[in-house]
Amino acid sequence: MRVLDKRTRFNRRNFLKTSAASVAAAGAVSSGVVSIAATPAWADALTAIKPDAAKTLLVMVRDLYPHDRLGDAYYEKALASMDQEAAKDATLAGQLNEGAVALDTAARKLRNAPYAAIPAEADRVTVLKSIETTPFFRKVRGDMVVALYNQPEVWAKLGYEGASAEYGGYIHRGFDDLDWIKDA
Amino acid sequence: MAAKFAMDDDSVVVVIGSGAGGGTLSNELAQKGIKVVCLEAGGRHEIQDFVNDEWKSFSQISWLDKRTTSGAWRVAKDFPNLPAWIVKAVGGSTVHWAGASLRFQEHEFKARTTYGEVEGANLLDWPVTLAEMEPYYAKAEFKMGTTGTNGIPRLPGNNNYKVLAAGAKKLGYTDFHTGNMSINSKPRDGRGPCQQIGFCFQGCKSGAKWSTLYTEIPKGEATGNLEVRPNAQVLKVEHDAKGRVNAVLYADGTGAIQRQKARIVAVAGNSIESPRLLLNSASTMFPDGLANSSGQVGRNYMRHMTGSVYAVFDRPVHMYRGTTMAGIIKDESRFDPRRGFVGGYEMETLSLGVPFMAAFLDPGAWGRDFSSALDAYDHIAGMWLVGEDMPRETNRVSLHATEKDKFGLPIPNVHFDDHPNDIAMRTHAYGRGSAVYDAVGAVRTINTPPYPSTHNLGTNRMSANARDGVVNKWGQAHDIKNLFVSDGSQFTTGASENPTLTIVALAIRQAEYIADQMTKREI
Repeated sequence: MRVLDKRTRFNRRNFLKTSAASVAAAGAVSSGVVSIAATPAWADALTAIKPDAAKTLLVMVRDLYPHDRLGDAYYEKALASMDQEAAKDATLAGQLNEGAVALDTAARKLRNAPYAAIPAEADRVTVLKSIETTPFFRKVRGDMVVALYNQPEVWAKLGYEGASAEYGGYIHRGFDDLDWIKDA
Repeated sequence: MAAKFAMDDDSVVVVIGSGAGGGTLSNELAQKGIKVVCLEAGGRHEIQDFVNDEWKSFSQISWLDKRTTSGAWRVAKDFPNLPAWIVKAVGGSTVHWAGASLRFQEHEFKARTTYGEVEGANLLDWPVTLAEMEPYYAKAEFKMGTTGTNGIPRLPGNNNYKVLAAGAKKLGYTDFHTGNMSINSKPRDGRGPCQQIGFCFQGCKSGAKWSTLYTEIPKGEATGNLEVRPNAQVLKVEHDAKGRVNAVLYADGTGAIQRQKARIVAVAGNSIESPRLLLNSASTMFPDGLANSSGQVGRNYMRHMTGSVYAVFDRPVHMYRGTTMAGIIKDESRFDPRRGFVGGYEMETLSLGVPFMAAFLDPGAWGRDFSSALDAYDHIAGMWLVGEDMPRETNRVSLHATEKDKFGLPIPNVHFDDHPNDIAMRTHAYGRGSAVYDAVGAVRTINTPPYPSTHNLGTNRMSANARDGVVNKWGQAHDIKNLFVSDGSQFTTGASENPTLTIVALAIRQAEYIADQMTKREI
């Protein structure tokens, strides 16, 4: 059966752009300055979402749709598309920035820490559930379910091959190659 | 040489919609020498314009004019402005259909007699029988190139089908195969064979799947008797002082309002737009809308009992390789009230890509329980359950009280509440669907709620008596003899089968009747 190689293909250009590289860069300790508060490069590139909100939102969207084998880059890209929308819509920008603040408030109330600093996913999920009916949550969730899963790089990780007609369909590429059922 | 008819040519038949009903009717009439103007609200996207990308295609070909929803159905909560997923383009929903071409069963034309009185349901027998339909089913299957008929071999089974078939066999089902599909398994009718592309819902890029876009429409145009006008959104059907329809008002591609005169009008805009049009055509003579003396225009909206079961296995499936719908188990489509419900359902394989799985697997869901299913995407097999839902007068398409479209006309609202029979059937179907996959070793099964409706039926239903429905056995309006309905809104009941073959068969038959009545100068 033809199965897919889901390993990330690294080339120099995309390595420099991935979160791994940016975290490595941000995490470099120089002259004793602690880098935890540094704004990562991807958050810096956003125009409508503020840096602190961006860091909180990244953790939030990873908790909405957790995939341990997907690096931050895919979630950052999804947030960037929300940011583009917010850049044209001041109300949305306000909703996202204020929503992140409200999320931190809920987190402090329920788990005595800002959202991104709560260590256990289960605890963060409890906080998210407490804001589940808010317009902010609904907006982020609804946009993320499209933005995260509409990336060809994510498809490759999940074992979906995307467009097919230009490769002649699957008639010669394993449309019926399932081989683990007896008498199939 | 494409035809072009004048706006004031009152000898033409105006067909509204170019899909399974409107496209077929247009061609059938044109072949008989009758002049037809087919007005299609959508644009003309040809095969080269289709894209193998779920969201891009969705934006390209879907009907996205604003609609609202109400009622207890989950679609109203999850997709309040998307009651239906249908096509706005030349070819109508034959552009994105999966190709399943099933005849109704004999008893399904006699739902009221067979099932008896079902409280809270508006059951009625069709005014046609299977015997009357059989010659037209045969013509439709030949026209569409349906596999399993006319000596056309069935398609080979893909990975998704192999899982379904193995489970079916283990459970003792006996009536399962790769389906009666209007998708070429060999070259036929100037179109090539299926390449198992797997983007059937996004427009078939090989042309193997039958669609009026590249069959009925060009064949009709070649006669010189059919003019198709895309980007022509019909606003109203007008009538004369005698109460006969005589013109159609529409907005053209520039937004300018045009009036095309007509000898006969056939409405085939699918089951939300068709009743909306009749209601929006209300006049002093017809204050409740055209053809609505029964009050049934817009009512009895059916969407089939549907739902999906997706199952995760510990080995890869790659269900997306190959046709979107690749096989069927028909055993549960029988009438067997011992199961706790009337009517039956079909079990058909279905595959969605990652983008659509994320959106529709469990709308609104989030968190690890949800994402773990997507993590297993390439280990998933899936099926769609489609069964007979009960017609209810309160399930209806009506004009929104306040919201209007850009032409100033009320937009449609779709109200739907499941009938207890629908719920009982769906519960049973989820159980059997899961059992099929459990029998092959599924590690997890997921029950997916109904999608925005791709089968929309019943809102201008056929009836023997004018008090019970909108049109007669020919799809001719009881109240207005030169007004016809040619799409699935004619359906008296929904049966358990996908509707397209029946819509095409009815259109072939309706064309014969219209031609006959025109010759006799009855219309």
